[in-house]
Amino acid sequence: MSLLKIVDLHKKYGNLEVLKGVSFTLEQGETKVVIGPSGTGKSTLLRCINRLSPPGAGEVWLDGVEVTDSKANINELRAEMGFVFQSFNLFSHLTALRNVRIGPIKVKGMNKDAATKLAMEELERVGLTDKVNAYPAQLSGGQQQRVSIARALAMSPKLILFDEPTSALDPELIGEVLTVMINLAKEGMTMLVVTHEMGFARAVADEIIFMENGVIVEQGTPSQMFSNPQHKRTGEFLHKINELYGESD
Amino acid sequence: MAFDWAWLPLLAHGLILTIEITVTCIAFGFVLGVILALMRVYGGKWLSIPASIYIQIFRGTPLLVQLLMVYYGLPSWGISLSAFVSGVLALGLNTAAYQAEYLRGAIQAVKSGQLLAARSMGMTMPQAARYVVLPQAFRIVIPSWSNELILMLKYSSIVFSVTLLDLMGVGKRIASHNFRYFEVYVVVALFYLALVFIITQLLRLLEKKVHIPGLGEHAES
Repeated sequence: MSLLKIVDLHKKYGNLEVLKGVSFTLEQGETKVVIGPSGTGKSTLLRCINRLSPPGAGEVWLDGVEVTDSKANINELRAEMGFVFQSFNLFSHLTALRNVRIGPIKVKGMNKDAATKLAMEELERVGLTDKVNAYPAQLSGGQQQRVSIARALAMSPKLILFDEPTSALDPELIGEVLTVMINLAKEGMTMLVVTHEMGFARAVADEIIFMENGVIVEQGTPSQMFSNPQHKRTGEFLHKINELYGESD
Repeated sequence: MAFDWAWLPLLAHGLILTIEITVTCIAFGFVLGVILALMRVYGGKWLSIPASIYIQIFRGTPLLVQLLMVYYGLPSWGISLSAFVSGVLALGLNTAAYQAEYLRGAIQAVKSGQLLAARSMGMTMPQAARYVVLPQAFRIVIPSWSNELILMLKYSSIVFSVTLLDLMGVGKRIASHNFRYFEVYVVVALFYLALVFIITQLLRLLEKKVHIPGLGEHAES
């Protein structure tokens, strides 16, 4: 059984159909990268998976439980899916440590001492032991994004959804975030990542999913997609990304 | 022109009543204001419309009329409230409408992505409001809230019209004994001025104390 199964997912904003039937699966421990032109529905796809934005039709299954079932306990299911945002969205009034431990305490009912210990471990994992008492506004973008990854990890999620985690960052800060993500993938975390960082995709992606106009045009392993794309659009898009972002590996 | 300081103990009583009324009505108005603001921002149509109507009514009619309706009007419906309760209730219901509007602005000023982040980790809407949005909104609202507090302190003087001996009521009584209206009201006014000064300083301290480190110190977000 797949850890995440998406079946024929549809989403409309008014008359605009953003997702026109998207289906794929994600196995335990896999990392898949979603690429595609902007406005193609990649972020919408991620938000439909944890129902931050309710899908119009189709099914999402997490570990055998239907997320899209209206009777499902959505808060419990969301707690099992980490979400990392493009704009970090750390809680401004809380220190890095408190940002990371608030989920375990309030959502999972963990006691404060255990949650603090856990939060320290997760912050160590993203290399921020010296910043535990800093507030978000005192951190660089790269540091903020690493705190937000630690915040997701502290919930011990079954998978993490990344929504363009490096596209709001200055170029010199992208590397530190990608390094953390690459390590996570290598440690066996299940990840679905919307990104244009092809260096990351080459390094750890089991598969690349190319989306355009609300549908999946093509999916395949990185080497397959780079060397022998089946669709003309896939080749054109990958070529364009390479020109824009360069080879980062 | 000398002021007869023998009245001082009476004035002190009035001062204490003024502080009691102001603090109670502000606290009551704050609780109701938070509820109204949450109804307006997150309540959907069915909760936000009643909240809007409430706010429109209490901001759109004179406070004195509201007070007189509570104290002299409600007894005809069989509800008789003491002068103190009437004063606090009328002032509290009124300030709730204003505080709700300030709070609504503050809630909307908290970056919406933080609410998404809270929901995405499995917090319920009440949890997200309580642990993420409101702690920040309360900080943002302090400057406009301190204005409201100062206004309510001064507006509380209208309770003399329902027989209460607050600072204003005591002043009026003293003046009608000694006919030294000018001196008496100057002293009363100085008491209000001193209170406003103290409140302003205290709230400035509070604002500094709860300021989020690093926020607003550099341009990038």
